[in-house]
Amino acid sequence: MVPTSYYLILSAILFGLGIVAFVFKRNIITIFMAIELMLNAVNLAFVAFSQSWGKTDGEVFVLFVIVVAAAEAAVGLGIIILTARNRRSLNVERVDLLKL
Amino acid sequence: MTASLVIFFVLALLAIFAAVSLILQRHPIHSALSLIVVMVALAGLYLLMGAEFVAAVQIIVYGGAIMVLFVFVIMLLNAEEEERTNFSKLATYAGIPLALAIAGFIAAAIARSSGSLPAPEPSGALTSTKTLSNLLFSDFVYPFELTSFLILVAILGAIVLAQREN
Amino acid sequence: MPILNHLWIIPLLPLLGSAINGLFGHGWPNKTVNMVALGSTGLSFASGVEAVREFLANGQQPFRKEFFDWIVAGNFRAGFDLQLDQLTVVMLMVVTGVGFLIHIYSTGYMAHEGGYYRFFSYLNLFMFFMLILVLAANFVLLFVGWEGVGLCSYLLIGFYFLKKSASDAGKKAFIVNRIGDFGFMLGMFLLFRTFHTLDFADLFKQIADRPTDAMGQFGTLTVAALLLFVGATGKSAQLPLYVWLPDAMEGPTPVSALIHAATMVTAGVYVVARSHVLYSHAPTVMHVVAIVGCATAFFAATIGLVQSDIKRVLAYSTVSQLGYMFLGCGVGAFSAGIFHLMTHAFFKALLFLSAGSVIHAMGGEQDMWHMGGLASKIKATFWCMLFGTIAIAGFFPFAAFFSKDAILFAAFNSESGGKALYTVGLLAAVLTSFYMFRLMWLTFFGQKRYDEHHVHVHESPLNMTVPLMILAALSLTGGWFALPTLWGGKDYFTEFLSPALGAGEIAGLENAHILELTLSGVAMAAAFAGLIVAWRMYAKDVKRGKSEGLHKILYNKYYVDELYQAVVVGPLMWLSRNVLWKVVDVGVIDGTVNGIAHGTSAVGDTVRHTQSGNTRSYAVWVLVGALVVFAIIFWPIVHPAVFGGVP
Repeated sequence: MVPTSYYLILSAILFGLGIVAFVFKRNIITIFMAIELMLNAVNLAFVAFSQSWGKTDGEVFVLFVIVVAAAEAAVGLGIIILTARNRRSLNVERVDLLKL
Repeated sequence: MTASLVIFFVLALLAIFAAVSLILQRHPIHSALSLIVVMVALAGLYLLMGAEFVAAVQIIVYGGAIMVLFVFVIMLLNAEEEERTNFSKLATYAGIPLALAIAGFIAAAIARSSGSLPAPEPSGALTSTKTLSNLLFSDFVYPFELTSFLILVAILGAIVLAQREN
Repeated sequence: MPILNHLWIIPLLPLLGSAINGLFGHGWPNKTVNMVALGSTGLSFASGVEAVREFLANGQQPFRKEFFDWIVAGNFRAGFDLQLDQLTVVMLMVVTGVGFLIHIYSTGYMAHEGGYYRFFSYLNLFMFFMLILVLAANFVLLFVGWEGVGLCSYLLIGFYFLKKSASDAGKKAFIVNRIGDFGFMLGMFLLFRTFHTLDFADLFKQIADRPTDAMGQFGTLTVAALLLFVGATGKSAQLPLYVWLPDAMEGPTPVSALIHAATMVTAGVYVVARSHVLYSHAPTVMHVVAIVGCATAFFAATIGLVQSDIKRVLAYSTVSQLGYMFLGCGVGAFSAGIFHLMTHAFFKALLFLSAGSVIHAMGGEQDMWHMGGLASKIKATFWCMLFGTIAIAGFFPFAAFFSKDAILFAAFNSESGGKALYTVGLLAAVLTSFYMFRLMWLTFFGQKRYDEHHVHVHESPLNMTVPLMILAALSLTGGWFALPTLWGGKDYFTEFLSPALGAGEIAGLENAHILELTLSGVAMAAAFAGLIVAWRMYAKDVKRGKSEGLHKILYNKYYVDELYQAVVVGPLMWLSRNVLWKVVDVGVIDGTVNGIAHGTSAVGDTVRHTQSGNTRSYAVWVLVGALVVFAIIFWPIVHPAVFGGVP
C-alpha cells in the first residue's frame, strides 16, 4: 500500500508549484490556471485523507470543490475577457490602475 | 516495491513534470495542455486510491468542461506568447523562497505527524458511488443545495458579463 | 438660633450680589447695580449683627457647624465648616461693617467710571471670600478664602486694565502673594502630616498637648509656624514681601481702602492670632514675628516720610501699621494686635476714603505738591481727614492711642530684647505722626499749588461724605473699650477676646499700672514731637527741593524693587526665555510632537511603496500572510523536529 503521507507530500509539492506559477507568470489566464492547479492539489489531499480514515466525507468535499472551481472558472474567465478587451493586453502587469 | 507503489510514483512524477511544464511554457495554450495532463494524472491517482466516482468527475468536469473553457478563452482572445515584462521586483525575488517556505512547512508537518495517520485500507473496499451519494443527500444536503444555488449565480454572472454594451 | 444655624448666609449674600451684577449687570443703570450690591452687603452685615446677638445671648459659647463635606479622602476630611467665636465676631463686624460703608462710598466715587457693574461685582466677590476666610473652621476652607481675596485683589487693582501700570500692579500683587501662599501651603502640609487634621478645634487641641519647642530649636511646630508666617508676610505686606502694596494704589481708592487697609491685608494678622496656640509653642517664631513686624513698621515709615503721592504715603503707612500688629502678636499680646487691627480698619479706611474725596475734588490729581490750601474749600473732607490723622498719630482719646499703646506696652514688658523693640516702635510712632501731619499741611494748608482754571475744586456728594463721618466717629470712639485701664480698670476688649486668644497676656497688672501710664505719656509726647516738626517744616509756604542723598534713597524706596528685579525677576525671566521656552518648549515638546508627526509621515511614505498597483506584488503579500498563518498553525508540529532529527 502507498502510505498516505506520500500522497500528502505530493499534494504539498503540487501546491508549491502552483504558488510559483501564480507568482511568476504574467499572462492572466496562466495565473488562473495556477489557481486551478492549487485546487487540484488540495483535492488530492482530501481524497488521501478520505482513504486514510476510511470515511467518504473527503470525497464529498472534493465534489464541492470541483463545483465551486467550475463556477469560479466561468465567472472568472468572463471577467478576464472583459478586462482583456479593456486593457487590450493579457499581461497582468499592464493592469496597474491602483498605483499610487 | 509493490505494483501500486510503482504506479503511484509514475503518476506522481508525471503530475510534477506537467506542473513544472506549466510554469516553464511561454504560450498559454501549452500551459493549458500541461494542466490537463496534471488532471489526468491526478485522476489516475484517485483511481489508485479507490475513489472511482471522483476520478470520473475529475476527468469529465475538470478536464472536459473547465479546461475546455480555458482553451476556448485562450483561442478567443488570441493569446500570444508572454511578454517579458518584469515590473515587480518583489515577486521576482520573493516568489521561490515563499513557495519553498509554504510547501516546506506543510511537508514538514506531514512528515512529523505521519505516524498518527491510520494505515490506508485496501483500495475499492469502502468507497463506492452508492456510499457517496447517500452521504451527499443526507449529511451534506445543505451544502449540496447551496452549491446548486452557487451555480445559478455563476450562470447569471457569466450572462451579465457577456452582454454586449448597449 | 436661626442665623447661626445658617451661618452660610453671611458669605452667600455678597456672592449672589456678585453673580447677579456680574452676569446681568452689563446694561443696567447705576441705580440697579447699587441696589443689588448694597442690598447684598447690607443684608450680610445685618445677618452678621444678628449672628453676633445670638452668640452673645447664648452665653458666648463658641459656635461651630459643619454644613457639608467638601473633601473626604480616607481619614482626611475638610468640610465646609463655619465657626463663630469672639475673634470671629470682631473680624466679622469689621469686614461687613467697614465693607458696607465703603460700598456706599463707592456709589459716589465710581459714579462716572466705566465698568461700574464690574467693579461692584468684584467688590462683592471679595466680600464673599473674605467672609469665608474669617468664618472658616479649618485651614483648607480658610485657604480658599485666602486665595480668593488674592484673586479679587488682582482683579480690582487692575480694574483700569487698559492702563499698563495698573495691570502690571495687579500682576505684581498676585505673584508676590503667591510666593507667600507657597509658604502657607507648605505650613499646612506640614501640620497635616504631623497631626492628620486641619480642623482648628482638633488641631489646636493636639498642639496644646505637645511640649513647647525651645528657643532656637527648629522642631515641627516652629517650622510650621514659620511657614504660615511666610504666607502672612505675603498677604499682609511685611518685609520682604511688601513690595506689591504701594503699587496696588493703581486701583480705585475704595479698593485701596477696603482691601489694602481694612480687610485683606489683615488676613495675615488674623491667621497668626487664630493660630496663637501654635505660635505660643514656638517662641523662636514669635521672636521672628515681632522683629519682622517692628522692622517693617520702622522701614515703611521712613519711606513714607518723603513720598509725594497722597495714596503712596497712606500705603506705606498701612505697611507700617501692619508691622505694629505683628509686633503685638509677636510679643504675645494677640488681643492687642487684633485691637489695633480693628482701630486701624476704622482710621485707615477713613484716611483712604478722605484721600479719595480729595482726589475726586481735585479732578483726579494725586500729587500733594500740586495741592494746597484746600481746607476752606472742602470742609467736610478736611475735618474727617483730620480726625483720621489725629487717630493714627496716637493722640488721646482717639482710637489708636489705646491700641498702639497696648502694643508698645506689651513690647516693653517682653523678655529678651523687648526694650529694643519698644524703642524702635516708638521711633516709628514719631515718624508716623510726622508724615501724617506733613500730608495734612501739604494738602490742606499753604498756598494753592494748582491752576484754578483747570481744576474746579468741589466737595464730594453725600454718599461719599456720610461714610466718612461715620468712620470718623468710629475713629474717635473705637478705642474706648480700653478706657478703663487708665484708672486701673479692665480692658473690655481684651477680656472679650480672652476665651479665643488665651488669657493672661500681661502679667502683674497692678504694678504695671504706673508703668503703663508713663509709657502712654511718652507715646503722646512722641505724637506731639512729630506734629511739631511737621508744623515747622510744612505749615508755612514750602517749595519742593531737589532730591539728593538720603532723601533720594528714601524717595526711591531704598531701591528694593530694583534689587528684586535684578536678583530675582531678571534671572527668572532669562531662565524662562532661554531655557524653558527655547529648549524645553520649542526643542523638546514641539520637537517631540512634530517629530512624531514627521515619523508617521515618513512611515507612510515608506509603506506607500507597497501600493504599487502591480498585481503580482499583491499576490506575494497575500502569500506572505498565508505563510504567517501556516507558521502559526504548523509550528508546534514542526518545532520538535527542527531541533531533533532530520525531516
